[in-house]
Formats: sequence, structure tokens, C-alpha cells
Amino acid sequence: MPYEIDYLALAPEIIVVVTLLGVLALDLVLDRPQKYWTATLAVAGSALALLPLAVLAVNGDTISMFDGSYVVDEFALVLKGLFLVSAYIVFLMSHHYIESERYYQGEYYFLLLTTVLGSLVMASARDLIVLFIGLEMVTAPLFMLAGWRKGDVKSNEASMKYFILGVLSTAILLYGMSLVFGLTGEVGFAEIAAATEGMSGEPALIVAILFMMVGFGFKVSAVPFHFWAPDTYEGAPTPIAAYLSVNSKAAGFVAMLIVMYQALPAASDVWAPALWLLAALSMTIGNLSALRQTNIVRLLAYSSIAQAGFMLVPFAAAAVAGADLESAFGATLIYLVIYAVMNLGAFAVVIAGARKTRSGEISQWAGLARVDPMLGVLTLAFFFSLAGIPPLAGWFAKFEMFRSVMIADPATIALAVIAAINAVIALYYYARVIRSVWLDDPVGEFAEGVEAEPAGSLRLALGVAVVLTLAIGIYPSIAAFVRDAAQVLATGS
Amino acid sequence: MEWLETWGLTATVFLPVVGALILGFINRDNENALKWTALAATLLAFLASVAVVVAFDFGGTPYNTYQFEVNETWIGAINANYHVGVDGISLPLLVLSTFVMVLAVIYSWNHWEEPKNPKAFLILMMILATGMNGTFVALDLVLFFIFFEIVLLPMYFMIGIWGDKTPRKIPGFSKPFETRLYAAIKFFLFTLFGSAFMLLGFLALYFESADSQFGNTFDITQLTQLGSEGFFTNPTFAFLVFGAMFLGFAVKVPMWPLHTWLPDAHTAAPTVGSVLLAAILLKLGSYGFIRISLPILPEEAVTWAPFIAILAVIGIIYGSLACLAQTDMKRLIAFSSVGHMGFVMLGIATMTDIGINASIIGMVAHGLITGLLFFLAGSMSHRYHTREMARLGGNIKLMPVMGGILAFTAMASLGLPGLAGFWGEFMSLVAAYNPLDGLSLGVFRTGMVLGAVGTVLTAGYMLWMLQRVNLGDPSAEWDDHEFHDVDRFELTAWVPLIVLIVVIGFYPKVIFDTTTDAVTSLVELAFGTETTASVGTLVKGG
Repeated sequence: MPYEIDYLALAPEIIVVVTLLGVLALDLVLDRPQKYWTATLAVAGSALALLPLAVLAVNGDTISMFDGSYVVDEFALVLKGLFLVSAYIVFLMSHHYIESERYYQGEYYFLLLTTVLGSLVMASARDLIVLFIGLEMVTAPLFMLAGWRKGDVKSNEASMKYFILGVLSTAILLYGMSLVFGLTGEVGFAEIAAATEGMSGEPALIVAILFMMVGFGFKVSAVPFHFWAPDTYEGAPTPIAAYLSVNSKAAGFVAMLIVMYQALPAASDVWAPALWLLAALSMTIGNLSALRQTNIVRLLAYSSIAQAGFMLVPFAAAAVAGADLESAFGATLIYLVIYAVMNLGAFAVVIAGARKTRSGEISQWAGLARVDPMLGVLTLAFFFSLAGIPPLAGWFAKFEMFRSVMIADPATIALAVIAAINAVIALYYYARVIRSVWLDDPVGEFAEGVEAEPAGSLRLALGVAVVLTLAIGIYPSIAAFVRDAAQVLATGS
Repeated sequence: MEWLETWGLTATVFLPVVGALILGFINRDNENALKWTALAATLLAFLASVAVVVAFDFGGTPYNTYQFEVNETWIGAINANYHVGVDGISLPLLVLSTFVMVLAVIYSWNHWEEPKNPKAFLILMMILATGMNGTFVALDLVLFFIFFEIVLLPMYFMIGIWGDKTPRKIPGFSKPFETRLYAAIKFFLFTLFGSAFMLLGFLALYFESADSQFGNTFDITQLTQLGSEGFFTNPTFAFLVFGAMFLGFAVKVPMWPLHTWLPDAHTAAPTVGSVLLAAILLKLGSYGFIRISLPILPEEAVTWAPFIAILAVIGIIYGSLACLAQTDMKRLIAFSSVGHMGFVMLGIATMTDIGINASIIGMVAHGLITGLLFFLAGSMSHRYHTREMARLGGNIKLMPVMGGILAFTAMASLGLPGLAGFWGEFMSLVAAYNPLDGLSLGVFRTGMVLGAVGTVLTAGYMLWMLQRVNLGDPSAEWDDHEFHDVDRFELTAWVPLIVLIVVIGFYPKVIFDTTTDAVTSLVELAFGTETTASVGTLVKGG
């Protein structure tokens, strides 16, 4: 039986595929100085792919294809929007960075677009196989992209570490998934959910769930599976580090939660305590390690580990307390969206600042605001937003997170207190960056001239991120639609 | 006036931040334009608040009704609204805030601390003003929280950039820190620690109100109504929520033992920063107790009252004793705040109308007096380049006007009858003699006696400071120095404060007339007690 294919629903994916093929073709015909057109095409493609998303969102229908394996509903649309917008920002960040350092450009954008495609697929996946394919399409090209700065030993190390641990985690994840298939004979989430009912306590299922959590834990770099992240972030090109910390992390996150939530709700007594532990450990260890960092990228790496912990909090708390997972899912999604915006902004600031200071050491950034007040203000906006200071967007993410843990249950109250203390610890190291930029006296000379100024595309990336950060912070209702999308997932399928 | 009704408070709150935006577009070298813009913004905000006062209906409306109310949807998904309004309790504090802000801008006119940069400093001041004004009018817990937090950023930078640069050894760190850096982050972390828990408390209220007639709500008026109906009486819940909010407010006040950020922050901050910290920021905490903790969780407040009173009295005694050990003039004034805010908290802890009236007038008086003291300390260290009291001395001979004002302010601070500082202290003690029915008389009367001892100690350290700074002969090191006595900007900023200190001292009715009805009805609503016998004579007649 031929499948009904709704081409409008697949339009974003199709546009991305056409773009990545176009990038490859263009790379063949262009001379070296003109290669930057590949970047322009990637930027245009990712922006264009947002159009059908908007149309689909206005229609508001839930479209289910391929026997329900591939679903385009509001939830998938929100995620696709998130992935595309953040990819758009990453392309803008890459544009000048990759060109000026004379790295291969065509292949870079080709690979990056491939991971974007993977994340789009993942957002619609409603069975284990599509999910796995999507997730691996996100990860595999990044092994290479992490090593893009070929001349640098650190970048090679980054790529190698990420590759070995990534492949290992993929294997474990796949093993877990195959166990689930073996137990239930199903791959679709809804069918698995039906089949696992009353199966809790089954040892094979417990092993399967734990294996999958280990696999996802690597992808989102949750403690104790986080060891690759700081080294990889530091060695990888900065836009790739940004992509790793936002898109690929978000993809892993959504995959983990969607599997637990949709396929394995019956086994929540297994995964809920595990999530609780992951959340508490990630927040605490991520933050405490971040306190000791002197390199700004490593600091952001540990901060993103801690932020992953915060994101897990709503879901873990609701699951442990046996409360309504729907609103927890909404809180996690809102956190994810806001985090994406402000963290991309922070990485963009790192790129711009590194040009001025020629360094990634926080101490070398001292006094940066004196020579470039605008960059100082941007640093302030993104890092304090990450710390959750109003009226910047981060406050609403933290607020939603705290709101969702307000359940009268000892375990969730404990998690809330851990989160509150961690929010204060986090402020300390974010403020240290601000202190260096604004309060300390300069220690070295700053670079001058055209090369030291952020390129136009980077300015645009910074502009988009800062406008979103402020707008969401002052009028959070614009981010709240995300919660409705989470409800669609709960009721619509 | 229709316009004033709907826009009066919004204008008061947001005019400064509009000023900040305009400042952003002015060239940083165009100092005059910057200053005039800042002055215009703060002055307009002040005039807006004055217009609110003029149009304010002083005829005792029951508690929990607000004037100039605006209630618009803000974050629909969580039922958080842009809900603002004033009543007799918040009005004096709002006016204090807008008023001191204008004076701070005037004072800044020719007092720029290193590294100058008037543009950045003024922008920070404007943001600070919006945060402070907003906190006093917010009637929605989320809105309150946002404004409460907004003040952190500008203050952090004021201390961190323009603060005291002397290196200081911090235990546990190998390298000495500059005082400003240490003080700034300490201030930030302490406050954020408290407010993280405060937010948890707010959220708990939001969820607990799910079964009420309002549904989940952050609205202070609705929560107050629920509180007075005995909705939040589950003991564990009330204990945890009150405790969480207590942490947030007590850090800000600050109450002993959460006060340790205060001496550092006040001492390290630039003059204007110290003034605003002392005059207004500290009041955000005590205002939070009156506006949120007491009416929403009245029963739990009564349970906590003796505990709060004990901490308040410890604060009074400890603050005074610490003052006696200081060698740095600014640090002495900073510690005196711990003592004075102790009286404010003691007044609140009595849960009576006299006590709460006392705390409000205490807040206003402390804002005026300690604000002025910090102005003076700043101007003097500007001239002497030291704040060591051992090196000062004979100030009144070198600068008669400055010395005179210092003597006057010190007298006001120690609670001399006839000046503003007297009423808060005196009435707190009176209220402590006769706290709300059911509160332990032993604790409160002991507190009263110790508080009275505290007033003596206050007089002691203030006079001691005057003696060391003002009296005697100037030390030989100043022989060749030319000292400019008070200049016109300083006078413009200080004279209104002096006038108000005298006016409130002689005629406290200006404050009481505003607050009494609101406070009495608050006590009645929350604790169900009738006006105590003495209040008529004390407050109305005073």
C-alpha cells in the first residue's frame, strides 16, 4: 500500500535537503574566494525552511504519516522551529569564523545541515527506529565537525573523545532499544506503551531503560556521563561548541523525554528516580566544576551541564511525585527554548570577545567593556540571563522550573532546594565573567582594526539573540505557547 | 483626573527607565545633557508620585483596597498580571524613593567617583529607580519579584565599578581582593540566596491557592483575602512558606545574622550607591514583611513574631556594639543601619498598629537620616581622602557648615525627640510593651528593655563619632589643606532632607495620617484585633 505523503508537512525537511545538496554542488563550482556563498546559502535555506513551519502552525492540524511513525503536530513544530532558528544563528556565527580561518567551507555547511536535518526528523519521530536515525544523523556529522580545526591538537582530541564516547553511547542506546523491541515486539511509542503496561519489575525492561538512559545521558552530557563535553567544547570550533551545547543537547533531551513519556509511562518507577539523580548530580557537579574554570568555553561547557540538570528538574520531580507530567514537559520545553537563545548568544559573545582579546581565558577579558561597551552590554545580557536575573529571559525559565517542582513530596522539595542553592552558585561564576569584563582593569593589549571587530553576520546573530532574550524576559507570554505545544503531545497522540 | 488614575503609577515606575533609554543615545562626553536628562526623568517620576499623593483619597478605606490600581494581563499562562496600586502603607515609601532619587542625581552633579563615566552611572541609577519604585507599587507576586530582583544588577555594578579600591585580605583566598569586588559579589549572592527561596515561597502560595475561589493566583490582594479567611493554615505549609519568604526579606532588611553583606556593601559603595542602599533598598525587605508576609500568612506571622523580635533586638544591640568598634566613619554609619532596621523589625514583630506605624515612620526616617549621613560621609571622604575617624577631628572648625549638618544628622539618628528618628524608635518600644494579644509578654518586654538599652548605645556611638570627627583640633596633617565647605549642589541635595527630618520630627502626623488607617485596618483584617486603647492618643494626637 503506497503511503500518503503530505509534502507540505515535509517541506522543512525537503528544503533542508535541497539546501545541503545545493551547498555541495556550489562548493564544487566555486573558486576558493567565493566559497562563502555556501554559507549564505545555508543561512538562506534555514530561514526559508521556517516558512512552511509557519504555514503548518497556522493550520494547526496534526498530520500523521507512515503508520504513525512520523508525526507533525504542534509539539514537533515548536521543536523544529527551535532547531531551525538556532541553526540559523549558528550559521551566522560560523560565516566569518570558518572563512577567516581558512577551513573547508562547503563540507562544513553540508555536514552542519545534515545534523539539522537529523534534528528535524527526530522532532517528528514517533517510533524507535525513526528516532534513532534522526538522533544519529544529529550526532555523526558532529564527530567530524568537532575536529574541524585540523591544525590544532586540541581539536583533534575533541573530535576523538567525542567520537569514541559517542559511538559507545550509541551502542548502549541501541542495545537498550533492541531490548525493548525484544520484549514488546513493537517499535511505535504508542504500541510500546500499551505492551509494557503491567510489565514493571520485569528485569529486562529495567535493564533496557537504564541502558537507554545511559545513552541519552551521554548525548545531553548529564553527570556522570559528561566527561567528554568540556574537552570537546574547548577544542571544537566555537560555533560547533555552540551547536553541541544547544541543538544536539536539545535533540538528545527531547528524545529521552519523549521515549520515557510516550513509550514507557508504565515504567516510570524505574526511570523517575534515575532522572532525579541525573538532575541533582548534573546541577551540583556541573556548577561546582564551573566554579574552577578559567577558560570561558570550558566554563560554558560546565554551565551547560548544570543547565541540563535544571532542565531535567521539572520532569524528574513530576515523575518521582507521580504528578501530572504534562506541565512538567511544558516547563522543560520552555526552559529549552529560552536556554537555546541565551546560550547561543553567550557563544556568539565568546567568538566576538575572542577576536578582541585573542584569548579564551577569562582573566584576559578584563576591561573588555572599556574598549567595547556594546560587547560588554551583550556579555552582561547573556550571562546574567543564564544566571536567571530578571528582566532577562532566563528568569522565566528558572521560574517555570521552580513552578513545576512545587509538589508536596519530600523528594521534589529536596530537588527544589538543591536547585535553589545551585541557582546561587551559578550566579557566582556567571558574575565572574561579568566582573572581568566590566570591573577589572585590563591586563593586556586588545586587538584593533577590522579583524578585531565582529563581522556583520555575527552582529546579526548577536542582535537576534539579544532581542529574543529581552523580549521573552519582559513579556514571557510569547514563550508560553510552547506549553500548549507540550499539551498537544499529551492529548493529541 | 482620568489619566492620573490609570497612568500615574506606571509613569512613576517607568519614567526613569525611559530616561535610561534616552541616556543611552546621548554621547558619553556630553556630560551636561546626560545630567539634565537624568534629572528630568527622576524629577518627572517624583512629580508623578506627588500628583498621586495630591489625588490620593486619605479617607480610611478598608485594608486591601488600593488606589490608582491598574490590572492588566501580563503572563496569561500563569495568571500573572501587571497589577499595581498604592495604599497608605506604600505611598510614603514610594514618595521617599522618588524623592531621594532626585536628590541623588543632584548630588551626583559634581561628585563623580573614579572611573567617572557619568553616562553609565546615571543609566544604572535610572534602572535602580525603576526597580525600587516598582517594588513599592507591585500587587502581583511575580511582578514584585521582578522589581525586587531588578535592583540587584545596577547596585552590583555601582559597587563593583565605582566602589572602594583598597585591597583587602579575604580568609580562604591567597590573593587580596579589591574591596569593591568582594563587596559587590557578596551583596549579590546574599540577596539572590534569599530571593531564590522567596520565589519558592511565592510559588507555593500560587499552588496552594488552586482550590480557592480565585484559582491559582499570584495576586497580592486575592492572596490577602484568602489569608484573612484562613485559607493558608496548614501548619507545615505555612511554616515553610513563611520561612522561605522570611529568608528573602530578612536578607534585604537585613536582620541579624544575615546582615554581614551590609557593612561591606555600604562601605565599599560609592556615595550615591550607599545613600540609595540605605535610604531605599533596605526598605524593600521590611516592606515585603508588611505587604506580603503579614496579611497573607497572619497566623504563621504570629507564630514567628517572638523569633523575629528576638533577632531584631539582637540586631539592635549587636549593631550598636559593632558601631562602637569601628574606626571607619562610613562603616560605622553602615552598622548603625543594622541597629535602626532592628527597631523597624521590632515594630513589625509586635503585630500591632502602633508597632507597624512605628516601623513605617522608622523606615521613612531612617531613609532620610541615614541617607543624609552617607551623603555627608561621602563628601567628607571626598575632601579628606580618608574615612579614618582617628585622622579626622576638628571638622567643624575646618568646615563649619558641613560639621553643623553632621551634628544635626547625628542627633536625628540617635533619636533626639523633635527630629524624625525619634518616632520610630520610641513607638517601637511602646508597641513592644503591649504586643498583639497572645504574644509572649516576657519576650517582648525584655525586648523593649534591651531596645531601650540600644537607644542609649546608639546615642553613645553617635556622640562618640561626633566627638572624634567634629570636635577637637584638626590634626596637623591638614594644616596646608584648603577645605571647601559645602557647595551648592550638596546644599540643594541636603536641605530638603534636613527640612523633612525636622518636619516629620515635629509633626509626624504627615506620615501617620497616611499610614494609620491602612495599618489599623491591616491589623484588624489579619489579626482581628480592635485598635488598642493608646493608639488614638498616640497616633492621632501625636
